[in-house]
Amino acid sequence: MIVIGIGNELRRDDGAGPAVVAELRRRSLTGVTLAVSDGEPGRLLDLWAGADHAVVVDAARSSSGAAGRVRELDSAGGVPSGTSSHALGLVVATRLGRALGRLPATMRIFIVEGRDFGYGAGLCPPVARAVTDVADRIALLSRDARR
Amino acid sequence: MTHGERTLRVGALARVEGEGAMYVRARGERVEEVRLDIYEPPRFFEAFLRGRAHTEPPDITARICGICPVAYQLSACRAIEAACGVTLDGRLEALRRLLYCGEWIESHALHIYLLHAPDFLGYPSVVEMARDHRHAVERGLALKKAGNAIMELIGGRPIHPINVRVGGFYHAPARGELDALAGTLRGALDDALATVEWLSGFDLPDDEIDHEFLALTADVYPLEAGTPRTTGGRAFDVADFEEHIVEEQAPHSTALHARLAGGGPYLTGPLARFALNRDRLSALALDAARAAGLGAVCRNPFQSILVRAVEVVYAVEEALRIIAAYRPPAEPSVAVPARAATGRGATEAPRGALFHRYELDGAGLVRSARIVPPTSQNQAAIEADLRSVVQARLHLDDAALTAVCERAIRNYDPCISCATHFLDLTVDRS
Repeated sequence: MIVIGIGNELRRDDGAGPAVVAELRRRSLTGVTLAVSDGEPGRLLDLWAGADHAVVVDAARSSSGAAGRVRELDSAGGVPSGTSSHALGLVVATRLGRALGRLPATMRIFIVEGRDFGYGAGLCPPVARAVTDVADRIALLSRDARR
Repeated sequence: MTHGERTLRVGALARVEGEGAMYVRARGERVEEVRLDIYEPPRFFEAFLRGRAHTEPPDITARICGICPVAYQLSACRAIEAACGVTLDGRLEALRRLLYCGEWIESHALHIYLLHAPDFLGYPSVVEMARDHRHAVERGLALKKAGNAIMELIGGRPIHPINVRVGGFYHAPARGELDALAGTLRGALDDALATVEWLSGFDLPDDEIDHEFLALTADVYPLEAGTPRTTGGRAFDVADFEEHIVEEQAPHSTALHARLAGGGPYLTGPLARFALNRDRLSALALDAARAAGLGAVCRNPFQSILVRAVEVVYAVEEALRIIAAYRPPAEPSVAVPARAATGRGATEAPRGALFHRYELDGAGLVRSARIVPPTSQNQAAIEADLRSVVQARLHLDDAALTAVCERAIRNYDPCISCATHFLDLTVDRS
């Protein structure tokens, strides 16, 4: 299983994906490969190549104002356009992967809604709490994947 | 559309890097106004470079663009090294050129396959194209990956490399590391040649532009260094670029518009490089260009996709040549002691010549900085080209005309993020 955190740690809440990867690195999960990506489609396809299971974490600008809210999606259901905070990123990558037959057997996508995408490091408190929650949920998924 | 007057408005351009829009106003059979509106917000890089150490601009300016960070890093290095009176030895220069080959391969493969080819094959995007042209898209992704591999090995990571410093690199690769890369690149050379052949079969529209071309020139096809020249016969040292290139504010754009001093708009990029440096291409790349039907000078912007593909052949072959000759440098960098001086540097980014100027004080702090990216140099020429494209196709309905305009803009592979200083199309037919 590979876990890919998409985002830029120097654009505040956009760093949610890499923060989840950092949290999982601290937990030393068995059988889990961790990676951080800028979300560029070609590199995403290469990252999840050969993996049976992929988990992708990305940030999104909150339309509801509910920073820290987490949405969990299945790529089989499609990734809604505009969900990713990276314009030519996850949406194109999953659609291109499907067209080329280059999607893992299963893919879970966690979208963390952010509030502040300005310059600088550090997450707002609700997003920081969501990072721990997403890491917990991915740890459970990795345990299920090993069974 | 109202009687006699027609307005086209494209609110957000697709498949370009950055955010912009286009506005066209026509009255009867005459195009009155064409504007490429660049509304991506100003980014103030030149301002926040002030007061930073002379060692910092390569890493700071790399953040201007995720597609061509090496261009920013190496133009910055050249300018600062020029200010400090330092030159690098051949082995370090070769390593820089190898890194730059990686950026060209990745950037050109991205533009050819993911952004531009769908235009000529009638698909809205690469996703739809991939369903019918799976083998071609896989080839493009493999080429892109080969470019990435160079960037990762020499630059430390595929975007915003971390191994470049003023004076050279933090770490020089071992001979064995490059041998492994050569295997990847031999496969990429076949893919690059197949790309030229594939594109040669495309139905590329006829068009001709008459802009003056500007590119760096050197003993070899220019990437990491060179002397600016134009097809009009102008040649000048990089140190004098501000005397020859004039930038002006355009009210509708956050990008400055450039022209040649005492002249008009000009074009930099693949068409210009090819026109001024064709005889410096390798025999294999030149043969590929001839087989694709490219003459000594190509003035059809719709054929720029072919020129990019020829440049990919060259870049892959050049990378292999550098690797074959590689001997690790004695040290990965040379010292660049600061001094109070002004330095200018230029390299050939995938989209064209990129100029930097830094003024340093005695403590090595940046007093002022100036960055002239290729897309802002090209903006006036792109608008002029759009005007002729629209004028010749006013009979088309708004949807068809909009599609042609977007294709014409993508001919230039504009990087709006770099230029912010990009498309939403508005056509006003009055």
